[in-house]
Amino acid sequence: MSAATTDRTTPALPSLGAVYRSRAGVELKEFFRQRESVVFTLVFPVLLLVVFGAVLDYDLGSGVSFTQYFVAGVIAAGILGASLQNMAISIATERADGTLKSLYGTPMPRSAYFVGKVVQVLAVTVLIIAILLLVGVVFYDVDLPTGADWLTFAWVTALGAAACTLLGIAVSSLARNGRSASATVTPIALVLQFISGVFFQFSQVPTWMQTVASFFPLKWMAQGLRSVFLPDALAASEPAGTWELGRVALVLGAWCLAGLVLCVLTFRWQERGTR
Amino acid sequence: MTSTSAAPTSAAAPQAGAPLDPDAAISVRGLVKRYGAATAVDGLDLDIRRGEIFALLGPNGAGKTTTVEICEGFRDRDGGEVRVLGTDPASGGRRWKAQLGIVLQSGAGDSQLTCRELLRAQASYFPDPRDPDEVLELVGLTEKAGSRGRSLSGGQRRRLDVALGIVGRPTLLFLDEPTTGFDPEARRQFWSLIRSLRDLGTTMLLTTHYLDEAEALADRVGVIARGRLAEVAVPSELGGRGRAPAVVTWTEDGVRRSEATGAPTALVRDLAARFGGEVPDLAVARPTLEDVYLQMIGEERA
Repeated sequence: MSAATTDRTTPALPSLGAVYRSRAGVELKEFFRQRESVVFTLVFPVLLLVVFGAVLDYDLGSGVSFTQYFVAGVIAAGILGASLQNMAISIATERADGTLKSLYGTPMPRSAYFVGKVVQVLAVTVLIIAILLLVGVVFYDVDLPTGADWLTFAWVTALGAAACTLLGIAVSSLARNGRSASATVTPIALVLQFISGVFFQFSQVPTWMQTVASFFPLKWMAQGLRSVFLPDALAASEPAGTWELGRVALVLGAWCLAGLVLCVLTFRWQERGTR
Repeated sequence: MTSTSAAPTSAAAPQAGAPLDPDAAISVRGLVKRYGAATAVDGLDLDIRRGEIFALLGPNGAGKTTTVEICEGFRDRDGGEVRVLGTDPASGGRRWKAQLGIVLQSGAGDSQLTCRELLRAQASYFPDPRDPDEVLELVGLTEKAGSRGRSLSGGQRRRLDVALGIVGRPTLLFLDEPTTGFDPEARRQFWSLIRSLRDLGTTMLLTTHYLDEAEALADRVGVIARGRLAEVAVPSELGGRGRAPAVVTWTEDGVRRSEATGAPTALVRDLAARFGGEVPDLAVARPTLEDVYLQMIGEERA
């Protein structure tokens, strides 16, 4: 045996920034090379916009087409898919197949795993929004936001994506594997989309469903985004008669906090019952 | 191949109640782990020296993987003391983990990344990694460098797991059933890889079901049964194997005959004289490691 290896002064651990970059690269490749996740998360919302935009082509009043209304909802649904659904399924999969356990056994700083995931969500979210806006503008004459609306667009997206990412990480701990995560999260997301004003005008949803929807972040994301894409005249048809941007921020912020607490309490690097 | 580090007199397991060995790569005293009402590890004592290859043998459910995963920091213990490279695994930080290489029984999971990308990512977590391409060469996966993990065969997957375990240049490498699913040739290649790592000074804790593997690689073997170490010895001495009588077999008058003897040479000489030359179907055998092992765990179970 050679003594050289044991006596050598140990070199410094790699910097946080270097490991973060490495993990970000891994997460981007993992997402964009997996056909299922790309189709499910990126292509599906675009298909929705194309189909609904073509079928439900009517005037909401004030010269606003339903597509203009729908683009806000489908962007909210796209953010939900890129964050909550994506995180719940991918992390449950990585926990079940041993990826997380292997990472735990390395000197990778634990924060790097989450930084990688956040970069993935950010990239996918920005991409899905860009594609939806492009399709909307080119094929359905969707009007882009103007002026301060872009700022609202940015913070609603950021806050909504953050809340849903944290929730997705928390939900992943409930599932036994990726398949069961998908089977749980996909129907819930679909129901939320129906009652949160994504596919229909929120004012047409029965009141009790509106109440249920208002406990979850998607309704508030869609509402915040409607304020971005619709003229203020249409705020009158919202349940409260205004866009309630303060409440949007409050509810999404509360979900961020709740999600964070749930993550800290429930996150596991290994399958249940193996410690 | 050398096993000079393990003299028979010091090969045994540490005495229960002895202090932790500060110079050992792994030192375990009185380790206890329970799962509900079941006790998986029940007062286990173990010292693994720096630079040696130690094979942990034992039937499924004997506590091998539990013991190894406690040493790796994956599981909590219910009692006893553990030091791995001088650190308690329950509180081991990044610096400590940087000195370990871990090949889990379950493997490293699915990925969309190529072998080379996976190794580069893994290397980026360590302070002084090996060159990923050299590691691919070492495990014989150079041709698969650009292939995604899921396109590999079972044996290639396992070699990728080993590559991921050694790319961080560990001083202590854990190998939990590393060659399951290997064909005989792949296993021989793996053995020479392990020997070259030993020559570089890497300490290794190996669990395996293949006794020929333990015999070929290990400086010492420990047999774990019902949560305790039943015996620790160099492979040729385990279970009193070195002192066991040899069995001489031959064919006489069309009948297969055998005789256990402490003096096989004398018996063979007598047989040669009796037959006046070649003894039909002559064979002299010592109990294999497998014979001794099966006898040991059989006794433990009885």
